[in-house]
Amino acid sequence: MPKITVIEYNGQDHTIEAETGKSLMQNALDNMVPGIDADCGGACACGTCHCFIEETWSETTGEADPMEEAMLGMRPDRTDASRLSCQIEVTDDMNGMVVRLPEYQM
Amino acid sequence: MNQAEKLPDPKTAPLAQFDLSAPRLYEQDVWRPYFARLRKEDPVHYQEESPFGPFWSVTRFEDIMAVESNHEAFSSEPTIVIGDLTEDLPVEMFIAMDPPKHDLQRRAVQPVVAPRNLAQMESLIRSRGGEILDNLPVGETFNWVDRVSVNLTTQMLATLFDFPFEERQKLTYWSDLAAGSPEMAGGNIDEEERITGLMDCLETFTRIWHERKGREDSFDLISLLQRDPNTADLVERPMEYLGNLLLLIVGGNDTTRNSASGGVLALNQSPAEYDKLRANHGLIPGMVSEIIRWQTPLMHMRRTATQDIEFKGQQIKTGDKIVLWYLSGNRDESTIDKADDFIIDRANPRHHISFGFGVHRCMGNRLAEM
Repeated sequence: MPKITVIEYNGQDHTIEAETGKSLMQNALDNMVPGIDADCGGACACGTCHCFIEETWSETTGEADPMEEAMLGMRPDRTDASRLSCQIEVTDDMNGMVVRLPEYQM
Repeated sequence: MNQAEKLPDPKTAPLAQFDLSAPRLYEQDVWRPYFARLRKEDPVHYQEESPFGPFWSVTRFEDIMAVESNHEAFSSEPTIVIGDLTEDLPVEMFIAMDPPKHDLQRRAVQPVVAPRNLAQMESLIRSRGGEILDNLPVGETFNWVDRVSVNLTTQMLATLFDFPFEERQKLTYWSDLAAGSPEMAGGNIDEEERITGLMDCLETFTRIWHERKGREDSFDLISLLQRDPNTADLVERPMEYLGNLLLLIVGGNDTTRNSASGGVLALNQSPAEYDKLRANHGLIPGMVSEIIRWQTPLMHMRRTATQDIEFKGQQIKTGDKIVLWYLSGNRDESTIDKADDFIIDRANPRHHISFGFGVHRCMGNRLAEM
């Protein structure tokens, strides 16, 4: 079970033991990490599970596909590190990964 | 299923006798069993005849989300309501555009409704709401829609546009005109009145645009459009300017008006839920989402197929109209437990379809929830 640290906008961090094969979003919700809404339930259709992946981990998490790009494009606070956490499947090589959450979801 | 005929029996009549576009299904509030039957027997249903021509009805939650997530095959152009555009006022708005143009225009106005900005407005919203409620008559019958729902949403809209506050009733009037065309949405607004009114809207906002030009310190919707390079010359494209104004006016007015009214009705019809609320005000955020689901302020959205495509076993052809029935998706028992019931403490209240999904998802959702 890889350990992933999720840091809320206010600096509060949560290190979770993530379950591989599940999305980062689902893992965060299962561990009661606040700051992710996930309104659509993980279908890449709402944009409310937005997160920022620390640069050193961007290769491990891969690239957003066109649909995810389109959803991220609607976010006023989008950066190069932006991803939708429902579109990242947790793998063993994400052990030690750091993920930051945005100020708000919309 | 014309106005004079008896409505078909929702449980036994052949599906071909259903007209989902008939306004009286909704005016008489008898739509639920018709959609329940479609969800069960024919969730992607083709209706050959209607006053708006033939159209597909998509009625399940997951299917609506799938259509909205595929904007390449299911376009928002030329329009997103069941009827087609009237030719004498060919307005253009980003809700009825596909990427990339949609994305550019939406990005220009999105920041105004970002939660960070809304936080500054929250106390204003609360004090206005409080004032309206404090001034309601006690012990006599009154019209909640006029006195509360319309009043509050109109005040907020005037603030968002920085529109002259004493003239704010015009915003409500224009919203009603824009949303009530018989050709487009089955409403009953006279076409000549509609066009005269909407041209007055355009003239008024064109004047506001020029008066406001060059101001650096303002953060209203018009100023934001002026400062974004993609929309800085919007005023020179009048039908696009008008279209986007109407989108923001209707989007900020009609919808919250409906949920502010429907919420009171829901609480009145569900006394046990009202008791829960009185005992625990911490339930309010979840209740707001539940009201938006249960009431479903926008009944439908429409897409148009850009290609021949098989969807859920149905063969959809290029140019076919696809109507996404939000009010049915929000009653889909396969996604929402006890979907017909109003329950203010649901485990996952934000999982509803009222804001839509995909790139056209409601951008004012956080303001609406306030």
